[in-house]
Amino acid sequence: MEEKLVISSSPHIKGPKTVRGIMLDVIIALIPACLASLILFGWKALLIIMASVASAVASEALYEKAVKREVTVGDLSAVITGILLAMTLPPNVPLWIPVIGSAFAIVIAKQIFGGLGCNFVNPALAGRAFLLAAWPMHMTRDWLNPLTYDAVTSATPLAVLKGTGQGTLPGIKDFLLGVRLGSLGETSVLALLLGGIYLIARGVIDYRIPLGFLGTLFVGTLVFGKPGAFFQGDGVLAILAGGAILGAFFMATDYVTSPVTARGRLYMGIGAGFITLLIRLWGGYPEGVTYGILLMNLVTPLIDRFVVPRYYGYAHDRAAKEAAAGGR
Amino acid sequence: MISLKRTSGGVRVDDKKDLSAGSPIEPAGIPGELVLFLSQHTGAPSKPVVKVQDLVKRGQLLAEPQGAISAALHAPTSGKVKAIEPRYHPIQGRLVDAIVLEPDGKNEVFEGVVPRARDLDSISGEEIIAFVREIGLVGLGGAAFPTAVKLTPPADKPIDTYLLNGAECEPYLTSDYRLMLEEAEVVIFGFRALLKAARVARGIVCIEDNKPEAISAMQRAMSPFPELDLAVLPSRYPRGGEKQLIEAVLGREVPPAGLPLDVGVIVSNVGTAFTLGKAIRTGLPLVERVISVTGEGVTRPSNFLALIGTPVSYLIEKAGGFSGTPGKVIMGGPMMGISVKSLDVPVLKGTSGIVVLKKEQVKKDKMLPCIRCGRCVDACPLRLLPVWMAAYAERGLLEEAERARVLDCCECGACAYECPAKRPLVQWIRMAKSEILAKRRAQNHARK
Repeated sequence: MEEKLVISSSPHIKGPKTVRGIMLDVIIALIPACLASLILFGWKALLIIMASVASAVASEALYEKAVKREVTVGDLSAVITGILLAMTLPPNVPLWIPVIGSAFAIVIAKQIFGGLGCNFVNPALAGRAFLLAAWPMHMTRDWLNPLTYDAVTSATPLAVLKGTGQGTLPGIKDFLLGVRLGSLGETSVLALLLGGIYLIARGVIDYRIPLGFLGTLFVGTLVFGKPGAFFQGDGVLAILAGGAILGAFFMATDYVTSPVTARGRLYMGIGAGFITLLIRLWGGYPEGVTYGILLMNLVTPLIDRFVVPRYYGYAHDRAAKEAAAGGR
Repeated sequence: MISLKRTSGGVRVDDKKDLSAGSPIEPAGIPGELVLFLSQHTGAPSKPVVKVQDLVKRGQLLAEPQGAISAALHAPTSGKVKAIEPRYHPIQGRLVDAIVLEPDGKNEVFEGVVPRARDLDSISGEEIIAFVREIGLVGLGGAAFPTAVKLTPPADKPIDTYLLNGAECEPYLTSDYRLMLEEAEVVIFGFRALLKAARVARGIVCIEDNKPEAISAMQRAMSPFPELDLAVLPSRYPRGGEKQLIEAVLGREVPPAGLPLDVGVIVSNVGTAFTLGKAIRTGLPLVERVISVTGEGVTRPSNFLALIGTPVSYLIEKAGGFSGTPGKVIMGGPMMGISVKSLDVPVLKGTSGIVVLKKEQVKKDKMLPCIRCGRCVDACPLRLLPVWMAAYAERGLLEEAERARVLDCCECGACAYECPAKRPLVQWIRMAKSEILAKRRAQNHARK
């Protein structure tokens, strides 16, 4: 019996957290937004989510089979990519849009770089950016009227606010519930917040990223805007009108593409909010959340290099900075 | 009560102390053979003063300290010196010289074992230090650093505070808890002796808040002494680590590669204070200690007063034997202890517990790629960045690992405990550390 004793390096016990469990938490947190999209935009929403998830999971499995790597769809990360991409699509896009978008997200943005943990940009956002560049008409025009499910091509609240489109603005209550034009999962602020708060409460995401992101957007809009120009100077509308909440809670918080330190994550949020603000202020697109986060994904290695804690016992953090700057 | 200063990192662990917390300390008895390593402690091994076939009694000197950092070794019971030979050392992982004692079962006490002082007024600080050296006292928290050395810091390092470590942050272990509960008066007596010896004016007893009964027992015992204060720490592993304790209670940070005395502090474990307190009153050297024998894998989790050198197998037997199929037997706690392959190994002065995990508990987790979630960074009590240290170490990038302060890592295991991808972070870091140190030794050697 004795020779069967296991010898290994300490620690001999491990915590209960698993990658799969964390991913499951994210999926649970996305359920309210998915349900909201079903209520607001009908069966079309369900089809888009299903097509997107199916394509993401299938692309991952097929690619991994093709390159003879272990199939890792069980970690559920591809499911999240699929849902997140679907959330960013206009509700009336043809179904091949999510299929192609998810395949791009998984194969080009994630698997080619080595799979989970090795991608340097958020796959879902990379997929969306690709779709936006390749089929801009579908991505900015295929809207559905909430609750009535009529196809419309009028301007989203964001475009109205930016002054690039004509239309009337919904009230705050409609913003909260999601009764307004917009992408599948970005409209219902309440559903998104519910999921976001769940993730923070479960310790899955760091509140610093959404706080930095939305805070910067809020303050920046107050500072740069004024009545008649740029969001009317209304910071609340700036947060509610576009994809800022979806991005801040679910996209910018992606572990792989955000900094590892608490302070770094705050800077990541502030940076993404700031870039979003710049694009909304001077850019051609009405929305800047996608590029705001993607650009900060690219800056993340730099943040990790320079934003390091002051190590225990070291009077200054210079030593730590030198350490972090070494060799990576 | 002391209000806490800064704390960083740490993890919430299911402490499993319930298993043995309710078991009073009981004598484990005398096994058929005692194996006493000459190297029980940090520093130079002790030198035998007995020969094979010699008859010895409980408390008689077996080996004397050699050099500045070393400790004496005494016979835990009466019997015959059966052999002085190399035995497998569970911590050092190699054969190390040991005195093998065959108890005669009579447990006769050595004539020299006589009470040293009734109270602290009748013994001077210098006498206490000499006595501490004489009884072979070492830190019983785990590192087994000779206590006499701690008590005599260099003149240029004034000490203003003495911390008594009763945090016992390792999961499962309850030996310190039981001591504080049952022997608070002796512990405080020993602590005051340590204070007197080190000429330190202020003593702080540090206990984690998951031991309310121990806190009140200690509070009662220390209430007559205004120089003593209490600090209650939130239970968060590894708050009881020496460096973490100093930061939490005093807001000071021990410099890298430094010692607590560099920031005016000495830290001792409650077991150390208890042993000294009891020794002053009875004259008995460090020949036994309290050891928790616990874990889901033993039938009757217990706290034993066990003779140093008792085989692990004997103690497990005393705890009712295995419950189910054992998967792992750990000397020390499950976070920093060492798993043993054979139950023949003896307990040492620094062994605070034996934790037996069942076979089902020892499943090998599948390692996944790092998802950079940053949990290891949040967990590190030294505010290091385990994510990079481990990444460099895994790839054999020793220079980068060293720049990432891999040598500062205290191997507490908090990062690996938290890692959702189940990556063996500490194992990689440990390997990098030993390779870096080996390289340094080789370079120093070449220079000479």
